[in-house]
Amino acid sequence: MSAPASQASSPTRPPGASPVLSVRDLRVEYSTDSGVVKAVNGISFDLMPGEKLGLVGESGSGKSTVALALMRMIRPPGRISGGQMLLQGKDLVPLPERTMRQMRAREIAMIPQGAMNSLNPVARIEDQIIDTLEDHATERRSKKVLLDLARSALESVGLRREVGRMYPHELSGGMKQRACIAIAVAMRPKVVIADEPTSALDVVVQRQVMDTILRLQDELGVAVILIGHDMGLMAQSVDRLAVMYAGKLAEVSPIREIFAEPLHPYTDLLIDSLPKLEDRGTFRGIPGLPPSLKSLPPGCLFHPRCPKVMDICRQEIPEYLELRPQQFVACHLHEERHDRAAD
Amino acid sequence: MTEPLIELRNVTKVYGGGVLSREATVALDDVSLTVQGDTPQIVSVVGESGSGKTTLASLLMGFIAPTSGTVRYRGEDVSKLRGEHMREFRRDVQAVFQDPFSVFNPFYKVDHVLTVPIHKFRLARSKSERTELMESALETVGLRPDETLGRYPHQLSGGQRQRITVARALMLRPRLIVADEPVSMVDASLRATILESLRTVNQTLNVPILYITHDLGTAYHVSDHILVMYRGTIVEAGEVETVINAPKHPYTQLLIDSIPWPDPTRRWGEERVERTEAFSVPDEHGGCRFAQRCPSAMSKCVTAPPPPFLSSPGHAASCYLYADRPELPKEDLSTLLTLAPPEGSSIKAS
Repeated sequence: MSAPASQASSPTRPPGASPVLSVRDLRVEYSTDSGVVKAVNGISFDLMPGEKLGLVGESGSGKSTVALALMRMIRPPGRISGGQMLLQGKDLVPLPERTMRQMRAREIAMIPQGAMNSLNPVARIEDQIIDTLEDHATERRSKKVLLDLARSALESVGLRREVGRMYPHELSGGMKQRACIAIAVAMRPKVVIADEPTSALDVVVQRQVMDTILRLQDELGVAVILIGHDMGLMAQSVDRLAVMYAGKLAEVSPIREIFAEPLHPYTDLLIDSLPKLEDRGTFRGIPGLPPSLKSLPPGCLFHPRCPKVMDICRQEIPEYLELRPQQFVACHLHEERHDRAAD
Repeated sequence: MTEPLIELRNVTKVYGGGVLSREATVALDDVSLTVQGDTPQIVSVVGESGSGKTTLASLLMGFIAPTSGTVRYRGEDVSKLRGEHMREFRRDVQAVFQDPFSVFNPFYKVDHVLTVPIHKFRLARSKSERTELMESALETVGLRPDETLGRYPHQLSGGQRQRITVARALMLRPRLIVADEPVSMVDASLRATILESLRTVNQTLNVPILYITHDLGTAYHVSDHILVMYRGTIVEAGEVETVINAPKHPYTQLLIDSIPWPDPTRRWGEERVERTEAFSVPDEHGGCRFAQRCPSAMSKCVTAPPPPFLSSPGHAASCYLYADRPELPKEDLSTLLTLAPPEGSSIKAS
């Protein structure tokens, strides 16, 4: 599916804008004793400057691996086994570690899962921000300049400057998470990857933290990749949604379209399984389980669970196509229609 | 009226205040709650972290003793239960916990979780009876026994494991299931199946369920009644439909406003709830615990904690905004949460 994917996504660019990040046929493998696990199995997408892209999938679908790969933080036995990650045209995959280190936090930053629990308990918040500023900078700067930068980073996430003098235990969960966001955006990166930034927070604080992330995107023009499995949160915060299944992208569409008319049966079931305000008391789960990444089924990876399965799905891998402008899907149901439209 | 199954009477639970910390945390502040047996209802307890909802669950299951007040099981003080009575209580009140991973011992097959209670409570006399019991329990929660039994925990998904814990609970024919955040660690796509199996247990076996969660979305779907807690007190109670669609307490309004509904056309409540500076709330006061964050705080709010007022029939809010409505004694709050039998049958149809 690699070749058509890269061709298919080129027409998505609106005239005049070029993507800040282009991922092409990215593959990540883990070698284990019982064989190679394809955690990310050839995915391609574009991220526009200042865009908010959501990435959803079940546990084990590879969404966090994508985040780590984009940061070039895959550790052995895992490795990026193919593809390109073009950040403003520059491929991150072959970069030497030293250069990559300077890209991190400065060009592309991540708020890892459970970040708020990884703050150093014996260091002041501002010192932790300065650590990042010093570590990834190309030139040395005076302590005063760094302190100023750290404090304005705190202000940019809606925390008072004085919070910089505090230790993590003095902050609430929401404040700690915002301090982590401040660390991530302190160097004004072009792309921020947030991996389940609100999964441990309750709804009220969750909204405050999401507001912070979205405001930053407005003010600094940062492009955000939001990773998670809460479709509700996605519906309220992102512009486009990418749905991952077993290491591949099933569908990428603008958020309104994907909720109004999901193209992939998996997306359809995912949206159907959500609690909605209307028809209370009905539950629709997705039958079956995601496949083991060690022994993938032939053909479409979703076919064993798909209610609309056809013969072709059991044999051939569906191509990842741009069915309509900005709407990508990998499903045999739509291939026919696409071919007909092309004729 | 028959004797209630479990009753909390003016229960307060205080943590800490020991040698090392001078400050004590009031996790539950004078809460009274009654759970009637034999009514197939699901009551949700919602609140943010630190609202006391898990403390409430632990008290109901007798894991911890209240600092003051009593927890009664069929009229008997739970902390004084011994021997056969204790065993009966342990069997009647079953739990489904949050984490479907730590419940299982990775060295045993999943059968272990089911065979231990069968053995302990002498539920089966023969091996075939035991197998039959396990299989029927698994089928009730929508699992295929041949795909489940004989496996190790790591071979099953979180959703399957969580459904096994539901099967374990219902196998004992309990009179009450306390489910503490049963779906918060499970993938969104599997949540629906677990909630569905809880609902099935509730409907077919007439077991009331106390569903503890911070997720108002699932609470709305699964339950008949809802209790909203804030820092150890019950701030609102009533039928789920009315509470979610017409919340009365400012805290409940804030909570419902913050739900990210999976619908891009319904925007997240845009209006930021700002504190009105008309009245400044002092740092320390003995009044309503929400006053500091409340947009409509009044001088009355800091003098004494507000009692529940019946804002409409069957719907109570502990807030002085509704002081013109009839006051409901705290002890009677539970009457709002009990399904009248004729209503019970109409739930599913509506």
